[in-house]
Amino acid sequence: MTDSTGAREVQVDGSSRLAGWGKVLGIFGLLVAIVVTTGAMNPRFFGAENLENVLQRTALFGIIGIGAAFPIVTAGIDLSIGSVIALVATSLPLLLDAGVPAGAAVVAVLLLAAGLGVIHGLLITRMGLQPFVVTLCGLLVYRGVARYIVDDQTMGFGSDHDGLRSLATGRPFSIGALDVPAPALVLVAVAVLAAVFLGRSVWGRWMLALGRNATAARYAGVPVERVTILAYVICSLLAGVGGVLFALDVNSVQPASMGNFYELYAIAAAVLGGCSLRGGEGSILGVVLGAAVMRLLYNSIVLLGIPSQLEFAIVGGVLLLGAVADEVVRRLAEARRARERARARTERTT
Amino acid sequence: MTTRLSARGVVRRFPGVLALGGVDLDAGPGEVVALVGENGAGKSTLLKCLAGLERPDGGSMTYEGGVWAPRSTAEAASGGVALVHQELCLAENLSAAENIGLGREPRRGWMPLVDRQALRERAAHALERVGATFGPDVKVERLAAGQRQLVEIAKGIDQDARVLILDEPTSSLTSKETARLFELVHQLRADDITVLYVSHRLTEILELADRAFVLRDGQNAGHLTRDELTREAMVRMMVGRDLAPPAARPEAGRASSAPVLELRELVTDAFPAAAVDLTVRPGELVGLAGLVGAGRTELLETVFGLRASVSGEVRVSGQPERFRGPRDAAAAGLALVPEDRKLQGLLLEEGVRVNTALATLDRRRRRGLVDGAAERAVAAAQVERLGVRTAGIEQVVQTLSGGNQQKVVVGRWLAAEPSILLMDEPTRGVDVGAREELYLLLERLAADGLAVLFASSDMEELLRLADRVVVLHDGQVTGTLDRSVATEEAVMELATGGSRGYGVTTT
Repeated sequence: MTDSTGAREVQVDGSSRLAGWGKVLGIFGLLVAIVVTTGAMNPRFFGAENLENVLQRTALFGIIGIGAAFPIVTAGIDLSIGSVIALVATSLPLLLDAGVPAGAAVVAVLLLAAGLGVIHGLLITRMGLQPFVVTLCGLLVYRGVARYIVDDQTMGFGSDHDGLRSLATGRPFSIGALDVPAPALVLVAVAVLAAVFLGRSVWGRWMLALGRNATAARYAGVPVERVTILAYVICSLLAGVGGVLFALDVNSVQPASMGNFYELYAIAAAVLGGCSLRGGEGSILGVVLGAAVMRLLYNSIVLLGIPSQLEFAIVGGVLLLGAVADEVVRRLAEARRARERARARTERTT
Repeated sequence: MTTRLSARGVVRRFPGVLALGGVDLDAGPGEVVALVGENGAGKSTLLKCLAGLERPDGGSMTYEGGVWAPRSTAEAASGGVALVHQELCLAENLSAAENIGLGREPRRGWMPLVDRQALRERAAHALERVGATFGPDVKVERLAAGQRQLVEIAKGIDQDARVLILDEPTSSLTSKETARLFELVHQLRADDITVLYVSHRLTEILELADRAFVLRDGQNAGHLTRDELTREAMVRMMVGRDLAPPAARPEAGRASSAPVLELRELVTDAFPAAAVDLTVRPGELVGLAGLVGAGRTELLETVFGLRASVSGEVRVSGQPERFRGPRDAAAAGLALVPEDRKLQGLLLEEGVRVNTALATLDRRRRRGLVDGAAERAVAAAQVERLGVRTAGIEQVVQTLSGGNQQKVVVGRWLAAEPSILLMDEPTRGVDVGAREELYLLLERLAADGLAVLFASSDMEELLRLADRVVVLHDGQVTGTLDRSVATEEAVMELATGGSRGYGVTTT
């Protein structure tokens, strides 16, 4: 039976890659719809200042959203993002006040964040604890520590660190009337690196594989523990990057509220962008678009005079619609797959 | 003989698939009727129609002289047709009695409370009828597979089933449990109950069935009465052709070459009291036999670094090795095709390409990135080599048949060019036709110098493939049989812990 029909280069059913692109196109369509609707109803939307603001916020939330995507791809979750942001955002001014040079202080807080990711990863892989539990504890612990180390005082950078603050507030170049915010460049860099890692690198492929089936990945020789730990390190590190930028952006860090709920924004962006909480699926471009949709929704609410109390309800509703649409598409694809299978079977028997 | 349950021209379509294209079946009281066919032949769909899980799109069914069109399993069961699932569907956290009465709990008068006493009595009675040695109060999670099956059957009995459908009932049973099940089936027949019996294991059908219906591609391929019932007849009808007899393999050079895999007093964590010595030479096919729970899987997984060994040594080409995980083992030239390919083998939602490349991604990496061209080439090469029937290397493996899925897992490891191939149940859930292809493949690989160590519960497979059969019992090697002396009786004797007349010929 060596005469196989297998080498025929026919692409039958949607490979997971194509399905992924479908999701990205879907979220992009949603984004365009929001832009067009809001712009049509309030021309101020297209004002340079508004767009810069949306871009700035999208960049910040996009960075932590990309981070959140990595544990999700491994079928895990990280709930500690907001508290890591708070810890980093309070530690940075604390270190600067203590006279640590700006560069060293930034590196130190990023190492702190990455270290927390290592701890999450070790607890999850070596101790076998559930990601939800580990990072829920992180959420509580880091918030408490952040508030304690600065005694709940509001922290800021004053005007001494304008050089450093330009990382978040700078406008390095312009496109027409639009001054591009510096964090947008950080986002582009992070997104490109993350996309190459997840989509092209061996470790990224391993991460997707273990998200699909960790047991099978282990049997196939994938270093499951190390790859899982890396996912949590990337998440916490990007939360740290986000924390630095958020702190520099607002210049007034309140330890009790800084970054509250940000893990949920980040997870929402990742899910909206096509990451399945079941693991094994995710596109970095989708996550960036997801973050943009979330910020655009918020912007629309403000510009269209919708009561701001409705913000969560609207964001939640859009997220739910996305999830329902995704499920409907999946079922249609499955039905088509069943038909293809039948066709393959009849071809075999004839 | 009268007919109790019948199907006439039953048709069932799924989106784009004709699962049943007009199938007939009939069964009378006190009869064991077997249903045989390859995977995908339509057996399960037909059973589901009879048991109310699926509704036919055409044809008719009758039961006790009336029209039979159950809309749910509950409706079918209350009418007297009960299905015992292949994968046992019990709530493990509940007791045997609670499972037996699930969904039909006796109430305390008008209150929504369970009458525990009545439930226990009913369950105890049903369990007694199926010959269970445990009481109604034991939690299902503490029962072995065979005992769980009894709970399922008792559930049917409790509903006064007149037709009992057993779908692959022995797939997870030990041979002792299987023997007990057979007794029960004989007893049910004597009690005038109709048993529809589905199994891949043709020996069981030869032993139990009064008649057999053979299905192929959703059609009746034939009907065999007790007198006509032979293995050859069933296989011929199932595959629609005669299978070629196995070719003899050349022995040249095999016995003389140095072993590539040696286990020296290897102790697994599952059996701390048993030390295993075993060698495999290049070109040799060594079979690991034993009952369920004899430690075959544990031994293979320990060799492959999936489990830590307690003591002892694994030597590869004479070099002592310490594997901390499958990665180390793979780097040393080992490969393991695991027992449960859906759980341990495949990324079901991914394509053939991704699955085939998984074990060798890092060997073909270029600056940390996946080498896409090499990946596609490897996948296409393995598809070609193994004859995987797929529409292309992007086809999602979930949509492949069991045999083709197995080939994908084998191809993944052949791409790593191992010197030692470990296989756990190489053809579990694989059709008869594809099974033979895998056998020929393994023999070809062995002829090219690969050392193969495979565990199998399938006696025919062991005797068909193995140059030597190593028999395990409670983690211990109870004997090694060369091909010339390996018979079913000899293997069973050693597997059950005996050694009478079969000297241990360790090489």
